[in-house]
Amino acid sequence: MSIKIGKKTYAERIQAGIDNAFMRQAVSSAQGRFRSGRLKAAEDLGDWEEWRTRGEEIRSHTMENLDYYLHQLSEQVEKRGGTVYFAKTAEEANQYVQKIAREKEAKKVVKSKSMVTEEIGLNEALEESGCEVVESDLGEWILQLDEDPPSHIVTPALHKNKEQIRETFAEKKGYTGSDQPEALAAFAREQLRQDFLSADIGVTGCNFAVAESGAVTLVTNEGNARMVTSLPDTHISVMGMERIVPTWEELEVVVSLLTRAAVGQKLTSYITALTGTRLESEVDGPEDFHLVIVDNGRSKILGTEFQSALHCIRCAACINACPVYRHVGGHSYGSIYPGPIGAVLTPLLDGYEDHKDLPYASTLCAACTEACPVKIPLHEHLIRHREIIVERENMGSKAEGVMMKGYAKWASTSAAYKLSTKMAHTALKPWTEDDYISNGPGPLKGWTDSRDFPAPARQSFRSWYKQREKRRNDG
Amino acid sequence: MTIHHRESFLNNIADQLGRPRRTEVEPPEYSVQPQDRVLAGATADELVDVLDKQCEVIHTNLEKATVETLPEVLRTVLEGYDVRSIAAAAGPRNEVSGLDEFYNRLTGEGYEVHVWDEHEGRHNVEFAERAGAGIVFSDLTLAESGTVTLFNDRFNGRSISLLPETFIAIVPKRTIVPRMTQAGRLIHAEESKGNPVSSCVSFVTGPSNSADIEMNLIVGVHGPVKATYIVVEDM
Repeated sequence: MSIKIGKKTYAERIQAGIDNAFMRQAVSSAQGRFRSGRLKAAEDLGDWEEWRTRGEEIRSHTMENLDYYLHQLSEQVEKRGGTVYFAKTAEEANQYVQKIAREKEAKKVVKSKSMVTEEIGLNEALEESGCEVVESDLGEWILQLDEDPPSHIVTPALHKNKEQIRETFAEKKGYTGSDQPEALAAFAREQLRQDFLSADIGVTGCNFAVAESGAVTLVTNEGNARMVTSLPDTHISVMGMERIVPTWEELEVVVSLLTRAAVGQKLTSYITALTGTRLESEVDGPEDFHLVIVDNGRSKILGTEFQSALHCIRCAACINACPVYRHVGGHSYGSIYPGPIGAVLTPLLDGYEDHKDLPYASTLCAACTEACPVKIPLHEHLIRHREIIVERENMGSKAEGVMMKGYAKWASTSAAYKLSTKMAHTALKPWTEDDYISNGPGPLKGWTDSRDFPAPARQSFRSWYKQREKRRNDG
Repeated sequence: MTIHHRESFLNNIADQLGRPRRTEVEPPEYSVQPQDRVLAGATADELVDVLDKQCEVIHTNLEKATVETLPEVLRTVLEGYDVRSIAAAAGPRNEVSGLDEFYNRLTGEGYEVHVWDEHEGRHNVEFAERAGAGIVFSDLTLAESGTVTLFNDRFNGRSISLLPETFIAIVPKRTIVPRMTQAGRLIHAEESKGNPVSSCVSFVTGPSNSADIEMNLIVGVHGPVKATYIVVEDM
């Protein structure tokens, strides 16, 4: 896999998403639960806005000094017996991991969930060099057996129901049990335990590296990442170069933000910080550790107006808040990074050419920006993307051109943006009915074919959402 | 060579940021400190209460004991889980808590008890893989999240808290702190003094779980399925 998934056009993907009734219901219910989990966790914690400010300050300080912290990290990893490989491209990263696999004569590689390895297509590269690659996260394992891409960055198999999963297990692994989630998980536990014990290499991503000590931190619930890093003799961690914090004091803040924003947990079951190789007196853990630090287009974002997109901590809160994702699902984005952050990041990493529709997969309602635990101005980035697509690349339609020119001008300051959404409300008034646009003009037309479209908010998204929930409940 | 392609990679980052490479950075001054206010000023007993309540959320059973009653409480817990084989962490705390004697007694009664022994190498892992329960000591306990912090080392192998179906943590009351903030601060302070952090720090919060199938919470996936913390008042 690479960052781009599938060959279907944007319109075809959207239609497939809309036609998939189970997926739409599953996404919608998941969003509701993720969202209430996040809000409850934020409320329990208290001072959520201050936490977000702290998170933003940490991320922006780190990005401004990224060369310094990556240097410090590599020194520390080396001190603790590890090897560090800086990979400019996906190919370089894959070739390095292939080289390690060859040196180790590895037959089996067991992996814990990692977005960056999906992004660079590491599994295919390892398979090409003759390794069996086993994904061990329950959701990822299901997708791997079914050769299906992920549709959500936290729960990748969200689009599948338990009957489909039972069928996959039966067909691919000879499973004979029921479709009860507990039974399915117990089967996965039993099957994968053998893989953990027999694998030659464990591959993980990295949620956050800690520059001061050289630790690689993994945030998980299932325990598979601990297996992957405790049992095989070699551990390879692949990290996006921006996934780093200066010290353990910053680590705990971003971890607290991540677990709350992602799943509403105070902490996940396992936060595991691994530093270098096991010590001489230790029995489990790797005797050989490699950290692969991947650029793959990230450095092009540094120093630009999109720099804060690199602040992302991959919590998916924006995805869970997005009304467009709710209706079209993750695969519609045609990228392993779906939702608002995917629509911002994918064109930056992979170019506008293949992803010029993504910045339009948004209502600009700003729910994403409001949900982001490190305050990335996602909807402003989307507006800026649209402006670039329309004006510089001339890839947009004429109607979009006219509309976006105005939007970009209005949206350039936050006060002006507020004014613009107010004006949009007035401008759209003739088509709204109980504040829902049933048949919008111009570019909205495509969307309103398939759904009620929320009118740009007069109030905050939160009060809009409350009304919407009420409307739904009232039938 | 153990660091590859670093200079060109980092030079490019500095170029993109439009400045020369930075070789020194002042620690940032942050404008807000919300983490310091969480459970600030809570007494040790109040922290136990917070931990107790959080354990309900994380599907973890919490027991209370003193050094004197610990063997008896632990026995009840093991019997409750119907466990007859135990992988246990080694180290001086077994003596302090009286667990070493207790383990001897259990062995006499036909239990299989393996106390981690670095000299036995891979056998430790193999035993843990078939053990019914793993018993470890918490190094630092985070009340807010119900988290046991393990600085894995030669006494406390990673497998003990990972492979057996049941996870039992002995939590000395004085290890309980408000939240992860205190753990981060402690490790940062030690690193700054030149005491390198353990090769594996495991923050363990209850049993393993997943919501990957239709968003249903499944307790017990790859790691332990059941968990008990035993808070020891006077240890």
